[in-house]
Amino acid sequence: MKVLQILEGAYRATLEEQDDPALWITQAMRGAGGEFNVLLRGNAVNYACAAQDARGLRLGDWSQSQPPDIGADLTRLLSSGVGVCAVFEDVQQRGIAADLLRPDIEMIRRDALPGYLQRFDQIWHW
Amino acid sequence: MPDPDKTLTFLLMDPPFESARTATAFRLLDVAARRGLHVNVFAYEGAVALPFAAQKQHANSVHNRTIEEEQHPLPKDWVAAVMRTANAAGGQVEWVNCGLCVDERGVADAVAGVRRGSPADFWKMSSSSRNTLVIASR
Amino acid sequence: MTTFVLIESRDPFSSDQVAANCSLAGELAASGHTAVLYLVENGVFAARAGVQHTRLAEAASRGVQILVDDFSLRERGIGSAQLAPQMQTARLDAIIDHMLQGARVLWH
Repeated sequence: MKVLQILEGAYRATLEEQDDPALWITQAMRGAGGEFNVLLRGNAVNYACAAQDARGLRLGDWSQSQPPDIGADLTRLLSSGVGVCAVFEDVQQRGIAADLLRPDIEMIRRDALPGYLQRFDQIWHW
Repeated sequence: MPDPDKTLTFLLMDPPFESARTATAFRLLDVAARRGLHVNVFAYEGAVALPFAAQKQHANSVHNRTIEEEQHPLPKDWVAAVMRTANAAGGQVEWVNCGLCVDERGVADAVAGVRRGSPADFWKMSSSSRNTLVIASR
Repeated sequence: MTTFVLIESRDPFSSDQVAANCSLAGELAASGHTAVLYLVENGVFAARAGVQHTRLAEAASRGVQILVDDFSLRERGIGSAQLAPQMQTARLDAIIDHMLQGARVLWH
């Protein structure tokens, strides 16, 4: 069964969870043998940016020792054979210049989405 | 083994009392339960608190209602209700709480019929279902 | 060809992704697939005849079937007389039907 994980929500509870929940469960299910691709749309296209750094959260005498590392999670997914792409127009709309993006995430245009979506048995939208 | 063609899987994420998605999700579960389908629910993140057994009703002084009069909805009762409905129609609701999500929220005490699981369970449920709907938090 | 059901729970005034979703539905229909938009919760705010700046009419003209949840409409006091002509009231049974028929069902 081939599953497309569409991520649209971004940074919703990532500091508190130390992960993006949709990326985390994708990695966990990949480990259980699932076959996935990931499509970033809406605000989640920002996950394709190269220089994300969530370190440094301190609250009183509590400080975070394991901040979320979306970049590393995407690298892990890509290395495990999960294709990751981002909607080009959503990247453009947010003024994200090409040189800010990591080169291993493909861009896909909105008009190519119908053909892309029909390749999957399941499409789960996060 | 339930018939995969008569099995649907749902993933829920929202905690109780915070989103309209919760009531809509249970309306969907209710439709499926009434049809006697086998319904898998994987509760992820905040949704693991939906079947939390320690939920309590309260009075409503704004509306001048006692606890009994207010009859405040409790999602744990919704979980039990859809389970009963499915059973009566010849189906079943299988509810799995994501264990790590339960641990971090401290809501291990769930109503009867709920079991602890992991993303591997969601993958297994989905793989042996006709279809899966993810209702994610926003 | 495939059936795609896009459940739209958000209103078009608080999220511009709703317009993107309408456009996606239209593209899917134009590509020969069956595309259904199911408006639920605050998503039904887009269903009124006088509402401005939605892409629903455009989606309908491209062949998208637009269903509007009857419970959500009643909850918000939106009677059938207020609906735009392309709207068709429906119950959540329609979602379960589509799921059982193997449609790709996405919640937005």
